[in-house]
Amino acid sequence: MPLVLNDEQGLLRDSARGFLAKNAPVSHLRKLRDQRDETGFSRALWKQFAEMGFAGILIPEEFGGAGLGYVEAGVVMEEIGRTLTPSPFLSTALLCAGTIARAGSEAQKKEHLGKIAAGERIGAFAIDEHSKHNPAQIALSAKRSGNGFSLNGAKGIVVDGHVADFLIVAARTSGEPGETKGITLFIVDPKTKGIETERTIMVDSHNAARISFDNAQVNADAVLGEVDQGWKIIEGALNVGRAAVASELVGAGEEAFARTANYLKERKQFGKRIGEFQALQHRAAHLYCEIEITRAAVLKALQTLDEHFDHAGSIVSVAKARAGASATLAVQEAMQMHGGFGMTDEFDIGFFMKRVRVGQELFGDSNFHADQLARLNRY
Amino acid sequence: MSDLEVFRKETRAWLEKNCPPEMRKPVQSEEEICWGGRKWKFHSEAQRVWLERMAEKGWTVPEWPKEYCGGGLSREEAKILQKEMRALGCRSPLDSFGIWMLGPALLKYGSEEQKREYLPQIVQGKIRWCQGYSEPNAGSDLASLATKAEDKGNHFLVNGQKIWTSYADKADWIFCLVRTDFSAPKHEGISFILFDMDSKGVSTKPILLISGKSPFCETFFDNVEVPKKNLVGQLNKGWEIAKYLLTHERAMIGGMGLRAAGRPVSQIAADSVGLDAEGRLADPVLRGKIAEVSIDEMAFVFALERAGDLAKAGQANPAFSSVLKYYGSELNKRRHELLMAAGGSAALEWESPRSKQGALARAWLRTKANSIEGGTSEVQLNIVAKRILDLPGA
Ligand SMILES: Cc1cc2nc3c(=O)[nH]c(=O)nc-3n(C[C@H](O)[C@H](O)[C@H](O)COP(=O)(O)OP(=O)(O)OC[C@H]3O[C@@H](n4cnc5c(N)ncnc54)[C@H](O)[C@@H]3O)c2cc1C
Repeated sequence: MPLVLNDEQGLLRDSARGFLAKNAPVSHLRKLRDQRDETGFSRALWKQFAEMGFAGILIPEEFGGAGLGYVEAGVVMEEIGRTLTPSPFLSTALLCAGTIARAGSEAQKKEHLGKIAAGERIGAFAIDEHSKHNPAQIALSAKRSGNGFSLNGAKGIVVDGHVADFLIVAARTSGEPGETKGITLFIVDPKTKGIETERTIMVDSHNAARISFDNAQVNADAVLGEVDQGWKIIEGALNVGRAAVASELVGAGEEAFARTANYLKERKQFGKRIGEFQALQHRAAHLYCEIEITRAAVLKALQTLDEHFDHAGSIVSVAKARAGASATLAVQEAMQMHGGFGMTDEFDIGFFMKRVRVGQELFGDSNFHADQLARLNRY
Repeated sequence: MSDLEVFRKETRAWLEKNCPPEMRKPVQSEEEICWGGRKWKFHSEAQRVWLERMAEKGWTVPEWPKEYCGGGLSREEAKILQKEMRALGCRSPLDSFGIWMLGPALLKYGSEEQKREYLPQIVQGKIRWCQGYSEPNAGSDLASLATKAEDKGNHFLVNGQKIWTSYADKADWIFCLVRTDFSAPKHEGISFILFDMDSKGVSTKPILLISGKSPFCETFFDNVEVPKKNLVGQLNKGWEIAKYLLTHERAMIGGMGLRAAGRPVSQIAADSVGLDAEGRLADPVLRGKIAEVSIDEMAFVFALERAGDLAKAGQANPAFSSVLKYYGSELNKRRHELLMAAGGSAALEWESPRSKQGALARAWLRTKANSIEGGTSEVQLNIVAKRILDLPGA
């Protein structure tokens, strides 16, 4: 398969770009932040996402979705990266819907997928417990009790956790933290007694929550997949999340870079446009190269998810590691080359820097994925 | 089964049958690379057979048209061939400036007669070419070159000097930039000509490199007579051809490091620093750096693939070859710095059978040229700034 977008994917990109530029430019995020919006996103916009077919992008057509693939999901994420639009697209449409579509029972699919596709239900994926991503370290426990399980423990940085209608929670049903065996996924109602949700205002004004579980009871039919066998499902979901965030980082990095390149052509000092200085030209050209190399790796990761889902791990790690690093370089250079203006809250560049920092951290930063690749190659 | 799947199966079967086992082992030394040409002495019978069989199918240059003896494969077929060759560990049957540089330029700018004359000989490895671009006073500023070719009616009379001419002493023919109009602005008085290195008046003097080898030369032209029909394209319009050829050369140099990659750095490092109880390299800082370079290498492989696909789809900026040249050559330098760090003092033995006569160190030193040859990294960044980013004054 050629490593370029095909015609339909190109059209999808154009329509997502047009839609987001019109309905949710960076000023949309700024407004939500300044108004201290309680949910941190716009439900009306999410409804429009659903009408565009984005909310059900990974959901099979029989359940009311668009039945598209990971390349298409990445295309939309990249455009979201350009406008920094906060929405449940990642948490709900990609992580939760994707996981249920791949691993859920018929009943679970019937229960959730149609509503997600219609934009009527929001889900959040609760994995990480520590400050640094390390999914095998899951300690939140699920002990058999009655005809179900009792959950105890806590999750951090649950994207959209404070507005979710349901949670997919990774819990330990056997084994020790650090082991990949013995993890089980549950679909949980966040209003269950014993569950406390604290919205955390993050540096990037996007949404996340800390969620604690104190003897929260769930029924046996809440299990997603099989008891103790959750790791493979989690790995798949995380790879989707990583490739998706990598796409978002490509979009955010490229937008920050485009704004910077424009600034180099406009801003004058010493009687010249600053883009005439070779010191800046070379840095800009280097950054362009980094972004382009990353773009190829990210598209390859998305295509690999579509074609060989279970063998995408190392390519996804390459993509996420590269995307984190090159988007970080992009926002750092953007900040420096905008001079004092870049430092002001009024200027948008700061929003890009903040979001990229969060994206770098989500589902493993560049260091995590370098380590991951070394492990996969046994050194 | 789709056509491509059939092609894959047939290709694999053909390679298994026709690629000699010796040609499926990694290249151990520069001498094992096949360059072909009139003066070529095959390193082994296997090397000869491998070139002959691949050339017969046109698979030394899979994507060139069949009418010039190329493979006539589509881009997707060529990718499959490459993948299958990689899977079996097949060596490149032929390395050649004709394939990488001159051929693409002739396909675009050559006359029909020139194509029929030169392209099949390139495919078959019969003529080895060298590149006469750089001069002592025309390096990065290549267009200021001064080697002159005067019109003498039925031939050009060439006088001047080239430098850094790779393999000039081993090559059969040269593609050469000459000035044919000294009064025109510097880009508009250059012509692109071809001639036989055995012509009277051509001489070469090898230059020793820091790696201890002398793959390139000073090349002198003293009243060399070149037939007029050896002019490619129009008189004084050679600069455009020269630049087009450079875009191919640059993409090639960018990908060179990956082609040559032998044992993984991590394995070399494991030999010298060992593994810890969990099976990780015992030097955690080195381990991290190796992983980072591996990530960049994998990503770069995809970038090369994508660049080819974009070109095929007609969506490529020709200046993108500068991105590949810059990134690939800098990456190869990083890789070899790590190989030296991984190899430790054993890699420093210059003259010893243990180190294969300093193979690692010589290769490391050779890579320093990657960001100079074919246009320096700084020149590539200038091109990206100007031709892709459209920055002012660039
Ligand atoms: C191993 C090897 C093989 C080669 N093979 C061939 C060959 O086969 N045929 C051939 O014709 N040539 C060949 N070359 C020559 C090569 O193309 C030149 O060396 C190269 O173009 C640089 O020219 P120079 O050496 O004169 O350096 P210079 O141009 O003098 O450059 C010196 C330094 O100044 C920098 N610099 C120059 N101009 C600028 C600018 N505008 N902005 C910023 N920095 C600048 C350069 O980047 C470099 O760092 C080969 C070189 C090597 C090392």
